[in-house]
Amino acid sequence: MSTPTASAPFGARRRLSAFFYRHRWLKLLALLIPPLSWIVVVYLAALVVLLATAFWQQDELSGQIIHTFTWDNVRTVKDDPTLHAVTRQTVQMAVLVTITDILLAFPLAYYMARVASRGVRALLFVGVLMPLWSSYLIKAYTWRLMTGDAGTINWALAKIGLGPLHIAFTTTAMWLAFTYIWLPYMVLPIYAALERIPGSLIEASSDLGGRSWRTLRSVIMPLALPGIAAGSIFTFSLTLGDYIMVDLVGGNKTDFLGSVIFRYQGIANDLPLAAAIALVPVIVITIYLLLVRQLGAFEAL
Amino acid sequence: MPQPPDSTTPAAVTLRGVRKSYGDVDAVAGVDLEVAHGEFFSLLGPSGSGKTTTLRMIAGFELPTEGTVLLDGRDVSKLAPYQRDVNTVFQDYALFPHMSVGENVAYGLMVKRVKKQERRERVAEALRMLRLYAFDNRRPSQLSGGQRQRVALARALVNRPRVLLLDEPLGALDLKLREEMQIELKTIQREVGITFIFVTHDQDEALTMSDRIAVFNVGRIEQVGTPAEIYEHPASVFIAGFVGTSNVLSGEAAAAITGSPDRFTVRPEKIRIAAPDAEVGAGDCSAEGTVRDVVYLGTTTRYIVALEAGVDLVVVQQNLTTSSMEALAAKGRRVKLVWDRQYNRSLDGEPSRDNQEVTA
Repeated sequence: MSTPTASAPFGARRRLSAFFYRHRWLKLLALLIPPLSWIVVVYLAALVVLLATAFWQQDELSGQIIHTFTWDNVRTVKDDPTLHAVTRQTVQMAVLVTITDILLAFPLAYYMARVASRGVRALLFVGVLMPLWSSYLIKAYTWRLMTGDAGTINWALAKIGLGPLHIAFTTTAMWLAFTYIWLPYMVLPIYAALERIPGSLIEASSDLGGRSWRTLRSVIMPLALPGIAAGSIFTFSLTLGDYIMVDLVGGNKTDFLGSVIFRYQGIANDLPLAAAIALVPVIVITIYLLLVRQLGAFEAL
Repeated sequence: MPQPPDSTTPAAVTLRGVRKSYGDVDAVAGVDLEVAHGEFFSLLGPSGSGKTTTLRMIAGFELPTEGTVLLDGRDVSKLAPYQRDVNTVFQDYALFPHMSVGENVAYGLMVKRVKKQERRERVAEALRMLRLYAFDNRRPSQLSGGQRQRVALARALVNRPRVLLLDEPLGALDLKLREEMQIELKTIQREVGITFIFVTHDQDEALTMSDRIAVFNVGRIEQVGTPAEIYEHPASVFIAGFVGTSNVLSGEAAAAITGSPDRFTVRPEKIRIAAPDAEVGAGDCSAEGTVRDVVYLGTTTRYIVALEAGVDLVVVQQNLTTSSMEALAAKGRRVKLVWDRQYNRSLDGEPSRDNQEVTA
């Protein structure tokens, strides 16, 4: 077929290729080792160490962590009424932000997925994604300025003869800022879910006598639920863990789980207690996921 | 039994001058049609001929640009699908994936607030009729294509619509299942006595199942008639070619056979193959040529014969006594083709149909 000089390297390559074809698990392993080790070492192992810290002690004088097991930190978290209040406030905010984002994102995503022309859809996509292109800190500072007594919101309200609102450094300001900042994470999964619904299902519902509201409730909503669930996991958990908005927009007047963890870890340097508090959002999210599963949101996946 | 349309009772479905345009393009360019009660009526045509758009205008998914749609004499042209007493079986079945088979079938009754007891009975009856009783609690994703097809039928029929619209419902099934479903559909239609309007691009399917057929081409109906009328008296060259295979002859080739250059058509199965020196009867036509190709099809053989006038004629023969060896050996042989003159169908007087006329 060809000269020996040309066929030698080609032959070696072909043998290697055939070897991997016969031992496909080896090929799979070779391909998966880099991403798998990244996930296992950088994500999971770090998380496990963090959570394990919650059960370790700290030398009071040196601040050194002593690797002996204790329930003390967890007990402190469990019994501290202040932390209970903080948890309640944080979860309330996360729920409020999630509901607001669902109400804002669903009609927008529906319009993008099923009504808008291609050009309008592209424009809206850019509109939804653009806030993600800029820095989180800039957006946080911007909301701090906007919600101020002399901020953009009051300026705009004055133009239409309303206001002024005194929302600077309040939970209302935080609610607005969180709702704004996590909205794209709600729009995109709902859009993906709605876009996947075949048009014939909506026609079939209408054909069988279903008016718009019935079709929305019985056909579109159940099929969009996985998207809503996915989006709400983002908005809920991102709000639950945030501490920057709490500081910049909320003025640290209200304590949230994130800001408390930050304080114990960064200022008080009590890493074991911070880790124990960090267990709270993990547990809350686990309960939330179980609830969402109970609603059947993952069945249509 | 289908009743012939008369002046006292309005037809099940009437279309008057129905047109549907998308921008400059007419998907349906003026259609008039009457479908009688209890009729199995097919809309037959190639893709893009306007048959599906016509069906969607009867269902209410599309509103006509012009013209009226009447159901039982009532003008529904501007009504929404949920205001029309028709149901549709979709090409992709459109079963709700998050509901069980039973819930899918019950959907229409639930929406119309039919009482629970009656709802349960009617759903059970529909499931029984379509042999789906055992699948009540399954999800559509757990069913085969043929079973999904039957669920879609049950979901539509359970509402007892005046008219059932079927949009190429058998297209996704394999040949064997399709043939079974054709018979089953026909049986069901006879049983429930509902008017069926059936969209298909498959001429065999239309001929097998229909009481009457409307043949669509570029947004218009070219002919309405019984399967026999459509097949034996095609009204245009298009129909002669689209419904079954046809030999269309004109000009010199036609003159060599009939003595007149007028266009005519003859079905391949009407032509006999004879020896070149065979006698030709008084009422017969004949043409001499060479067998250019032989296609053995099991029960029949298709011969393509090149005539001296320069055109090909297709001849189909039953393999009654011929073996495949004999059939295939005919290639290259000189033959005389003979057929009864009465099978010639004149196509003249047919208005020429081109796209310009349609979009005008």
